[in-house]
Amino acid sequence: MNEKDWPLWEVFIRSKQGLDHKHAGSLHAADARMAIENARDVYTRRMEGVSIWVVESKYVHASNPDEASSFYDPANDKVYRHPTFYKLPEELKNM
Amino acid sequence: MVRQNHPESDKSRRDISDSGPADLNREAALIAYTLHLADNALVTGHRNSEWTGHGPILEQDIAISNIALDLIGQARNFYQYAARLINQVPQFIGPWGDNLGSLPGTLITEDNLAYFRDSWDFKNCLLAEQPRGDWAMTILRQFFFSTYQYYLYTDLQSSRDHQIAAISEKAFKEAAYHLQWSSEWVVRLGDGTNESHIRMQQALDILWPFTGELFQLADYEQYALSNGLAADGALIKSRWERKVEEIFAEAMLAVPRNVWMQSGGKQGRHTEQLGYLLAEMQSLQRAYPGNEW
Repeated sequence: MNEKDWPLWEVFIRSKQGLDHKHAGSLHAADARMAIENARDVYTRRMEGVSIWVVESKYVHASNPDEASSFYDPANDKVYRHPTFYKLPEELKNM
Repeated sequence: MVRQNHPESDKSRRDISDSGPADLNREAALIAYTLHLADNALVTGHRNSEWTGHGPILEQDIAISNIALDLIGQARNFYQYAARLINQVPQFIGPWGDNLGSLPGTLITEDNLAYFRDSWDFKNCLLAEQPRGDWAMTILRQFFFSTYQYYLYTDLQSSRDHQIAAISEKAFKEAAYHLQWSSEWVVRLGDGTNESHIRMQQALDILWPFTGELFQLADYEQYALSNGLAADGALIKSRWERKVEEIFAEAMLAVPRNVWMQSGGKQGRHTEQLGYLLAEMQSLQRAYPGNEW
């Protein structure tokens, strides 16, 4: 088995009471079907979940932590971006 | 090897064809059949567990260990039921000459049945006890066995025995996954590299002669079947063959034809493999009987 040919996959599991798939970990597999079965065998042994998503790690693109200050800080003090900033006129009853 | 009190030589033993009380024969057949189901699961489960810590890759180590646990769980369910049945018949010796590994008059448990019987009392098919071999051998044996269990548990859910039906309902879901998992490995390795294909062919040559026994009914199976308790091997066989042909076609493997089939496991005539397996599996309990940990 040539593990160099086996890509890395990120695994997301949705629990029975959950709405969203949460990241559970990662594993190696030869193809998507195998990745799902491996995820089932490794990450759902204790009834952690009822739905599995797998994505090849190379398709997960992440933001760069070094850019965090220019990415996120400017949003910190722009109060006018929140709907609660605005006072609605009395006449608008159904907004 | 000739045992003392072998059923065929001991005329005082009850024979299936005796016109003794129908109840006791039916009970005996049910017990033997339940033990057969349990032994099949336990021995295969044990073989799979031999991979724990030695799997080819982490996720498959966990997968095969999970499958082993599933099978041992099935075995436990059947052994617990068999123990209950046996305890209800205080004079039970077993027309098939079973030594149940306990003192007469004491109640037996699943542990007696799993750890204190000898190989000639085990009723598993010969396929189950074959060595784990390489990965190809393990997944091919699992494929043959799980396909069989899939159709077996399907049919057993309509057994007249409620306990067997209930256990089969749960075990069926496990067998479905085992079948899925193992069939994909058969294709992966069969239609893989030159080396994987050669290994699959070698595994096939070794294991195929043991597949016939799965569908040959032992006399207790026949008796249980006529009472609506067991599944009919002949009916399972055609579905099993279809599945094997389907997967083998994808795996670039040829289904062998006209091969003489081994048998005897269901009757307690085992290959030498089982002796070594039981020696290992039972050693702790036999050295310290009744220990818990």
